[in-house]
Amino acid sequence: MPQVIGVPRETAAGERRVATVPEVVEKLVKLGFKVVVEGGAGEAANFSDDAYRAAGAEIVGDAGSLWARSDIVFKVRGPSADEVGLMREGGALVSFIWPAQNPELMQQLAAKKATVLAMDSVPRISRAQKLDALSSMANIAGYRAVIEAAHHFGRFFTGQITAAGKVPPAKVFIIGAGVAGLSAIGAASGLGAIVRANDTRPEVADQVKSMGGEFVAVDYQEQGTGVGGYAKVMSEGFLKAQRETFARQAKEVDIIITTALIPGRPAPKLITAEMVRSMSPGSVIVDLAAEQGGNCELTEPGKVAVKHGVTLIGYTDLPSRLARQSSTLYATNLLRLTEELCKAKDGSINVNMEDEVIRGTTVIKEGKITWPPPAPKLSAAPAPPAVAKPAVPAPPKAHGHGGAGAPMPLKATAIFFLAAAAAFWFIGAYAPPAFLGHFTVFVLACFVGYMVIWNVTSALHTPLMSVTNAISSIIAIGALVQVAPPVSEAGDRPESWIVGLAVLSIALVAINMFGGFAVTQRMLQMFRK
Amino acid sequence: MSATLVTASYLGAAILFILSLGGLSNPETSRRGNLYGMTGMVIAVLATVSGPNVTSAGYAWIVGAMLVGATIGLYAARVVKMTQMPELVALMHSLVGLAAVLVGFANYIDPAASAHFKGAEKTIHELEIYIGVLIGAVTFSGSVIAFGKLSAKISGKPVLLPGRHWLNLAGLLAVVWFGGQFISVHSISEGMTPLIVMTAIALLFGIHMVMAIGGADMPVVISMLNSYSGWAAAATGFMLSNDLLIVTGALVGSSGAILSYIMCRAMNRHFLSVIAGGFGTEGGSPAGAGGGKGNEPAGEVFPISAVETAELLRGAKNVIIVPGYGMAVAQAQHAVYELTKQLREKGVNVRFGIHPVAGRMPGHMNVLLAEARVPYDIVLEMDEINADFPDTDVAMVVGANDIVNPAAQEDPTSPIAGMPVLEVWKGKTSIVMKRSMASGYAGVDNPLFYKENNRMLFGDAKKMLDEVLGALKA
Repeated sequence: MPQVIGVPRETAAGERRVATVPEVVEKLVKLGFKVVVEGGAGEAANFSDDAYRAAGAEIVGDAGSLWARSDIVFKVRGPSADEVGLMREGGALVSFIWPAQNPELMQQLAAKKATVLAMDSVPRISRAQKLDALSSMANIAGYRAVIEAAHHFGRFFTGQITAAGKVPPAKVFIIGAGVAGLSAIGAASGLGAIVRANDTRPEVADQVKSMGGEFVAVDYQEQGTGVGGYAKVMSEGFLKAQRETFARQAKEVDIIITTALIPGRPAPKLITAEMVRSMSPGSVIVDLAAEQGGNCELTEPGKVAVKHGVTLIGYTDLPSRLARQSSTLYATNLLRLTEELCKAKDGSINVNMEDEVIRGTTVIKEGKITWPPPAPKLSAAPAPPAVAKPAVPAPPKAHGHGGAGAPMPLKATAIFFLAAAAAFWFIGAYAPPAFLGHFTVFVLACFVGYMVIWNVTSALHTPLMSVTNAISSIIAIGALVQVAPPVSEAGDRPESWIVGLAVLSIALVAINMFGGFAVTQRMLQMFRK
Repeated sequence: MSATLVTASYLGAAILFILSLGGLSNPETSRRGNLYGMTGMVIAVLATVSGPNVTSAGYAWIVGAMLVGATIGLYAARVVKMTQMPELVALMHSLVGLAAVLVGFANYIDPAASAHFKGAEKTIHELEIYIGVLIGAVTFSGSVIAFGKLSAKISGKPVLLPGRHWLNLAGLLAVVWFGGQFISVHSISEGMTPLIVMTAIALLFGIHMVMAIGGADMPVVISMLNSYSGWAAAATGFMLSNDLLIVTGALVGSSGAILSYIMCRAMNRHFLSVIAGGFGTEGGSPAGAGGGKGNEPAGEVFPISAVETAELLRGAKNVIIVPGYGMAVAQAQHAVYELTKQLREKGVNVRFGIHPVAGRMPGHMNVLLAEARVPYDIVLEMDEINADFPDTDVAMVVGANDIVNPAAQEDPTSPIAGMPVLEVWKGKTSIVMKRSMASGYAGVDNPLFYKENNRMLFGDAKKMLDEVLGALKA
């Protein structure tokens, strides 16, 4: 008996998206599911009921019977209280949930013994990229932001020299180079504008350039060392320098698109009223952070406002304004998730909590709230699934050598240092002084080794091993001092045993010593340009 | 030589050892680095021998033992083939481990060595002996097994005893318990029993640990044993209160530890999971039965002949060669270089892409290519060359499999998912030289073989390369 996937019409006002498209329906059916779509669900996104039917879906007239029939419901927005009421006891739901912002919705769903997968909680690891709906939506938002700006901007984007005179190109300044920011950079430069972009993470400069933008760095010395790649709250000095940079840009550019978000906090106010006033009349600001309060002081969320001659666009539904595209991408993200859930392709889902991706995405399992998920495995990229700046977190490019990769998260570092401090205290309190001296030497030598070895080029790893091996024959000293030490009065010393053992070790180690250095030399001779 | 002068010489030797490792940052300075190492060793040995702790009665013994060892060592260094480097290094690690065990025993049975220790110092001293012997014994037996596996005297397949983690745990507990016995006894003869029993357990533990590890994890094992041999030396240094031994041991120990870390990262695997052994036993049975995600590699394989390969290479501008363990097995590095030389003379830009875990020890491929006189500036690391594959006309894979498997990136259910790989399939054409369609070490089928732009050149790497070369010259 295949499970039934139900796709209701979105009920939120102004929402045009739909959680599946005919193309994806076909693939869901291939996975063994039965797909039921509410009549008119895809209308706002230009998918007709007939198209769904042709793809193998069944069309149901009203929401009530759809919810009642569905084992699994696919939605875009989180369900309303009414919809939760329609939901079947013990059913499954996949949609955006934002569990941190909607605790009462979580409670309602838990009361229904539901299993809920939140598309906003997909862990940000490379394996999960294909089901990362946030990135898909951010990409569309960035593109649409440029289109909206172009719509309200009274000039060409591209510079032209025509018979009727010269047209200067539009200058676009983009704040925040996450997925949305990068997408906006690409769209704006594709239209021919001069694009500049800024981000607090200096390492994204290359990505900005690759999309055709110019990276505007904040002129401030200390900023190079952000914590774990995400400088969450910058220092006062940095903020001041940042404001100065933005103020300068505001005077020069025609369009500003802001995409700066910090997870779990209101959007930072980056564009002041003063800066808006300084822009030339007819300029446009698109504030992608409007939903979280806006990056611009004057933004009115959800609306277009004209203030000081500048058009401020605060739409919070940019992906929905490109409904057909965003529905298609979102539906594909859901399909990928379904594939993960239904590896047997037998038309039933298996919420395998051992799987890192599924574990992270699942916020309620059979009525039990499982959010937030445990911290990602240590091997994963920095810190928690930071929804910061709807961004592809620039993966810390691990160099083969020259550094130990990404710095540890602050908490882990703190724990490590505490443990080390405790260990040192213990040693200092109980160990005799002679041991402590040697211990000091030992620890320092470990550090020296650590620093030196990272500089060894990977091509020379084999010679490195053979030379360290040769050097470790320094253990010969231990044997040398045992062969014939000065006579002591300590009594019956099993002379012959000791000499025998020592001489044998000297011989063994000498093989190593001479052989190791000789073979290293032989290898190194071979390395030539 | 006075005791202070000896200490000063030790300091000098320690600095020379550090410089020696530092010199390896670059092939240019590496030879000088090796000289520093030798100088340091000579200074350390001479200072010890002429110091107050060695009387003239021992000179004959020392010289004799040194001569015997040196003869064997130099002979081995001369005759060893570069493809056998992993075996040689493993064998040498075992010697250091054995020496650490012997020195530990000799030190323990010498009443003069511990006569001046009292109370806590005595306990610490005995613990140092115990730990030194423990690490030494594990290093010794582990390295011997690693040697056996590398030289194919023992099967490379992981040997997994039932309840092996429990066995290890039981061994550890026994070692700790005997350690307690060892420090609580009053006479040396009483202490011998726990010491010997512990040594036996440690030897078994070393064997068990390496037996459980499969062939392609050898780079990790070798560098780990390298690390252990360093820690063994450091423990001996604590035992003898000798700072030079401590410093050197710590240098070698951290070097090995870092190498292990680098190797693990190159396979996207956790260090513990490598040590716990048994790759691929949890998921993914051979030949893709475990995948089940709709993209089991299937489809047509396109074979290619040596003559056609030569044609392709002749028409190419950019060629990247990706060598693997198969090249070492077939001793094909010289043929590879001949081919490289021919192509470069024709103006083809030939480069090499080296995966960090290609071969059986860190840097194995680099050494083989260097032996074949391939200039090191065209031998590039994975990170350096991966971005260049889209501009490459022909990517030639010589005896490698898992390190070029696209499943690592495309199929999250694959047992090797997430492992960094060389993206040869992004080239215009890739040619895989392989003896058969058998899957690689990880037991994962390789979808690369079924890609449209991939060709398979079946046969022994060396023989096929010679044929390609012949066709190229014709």
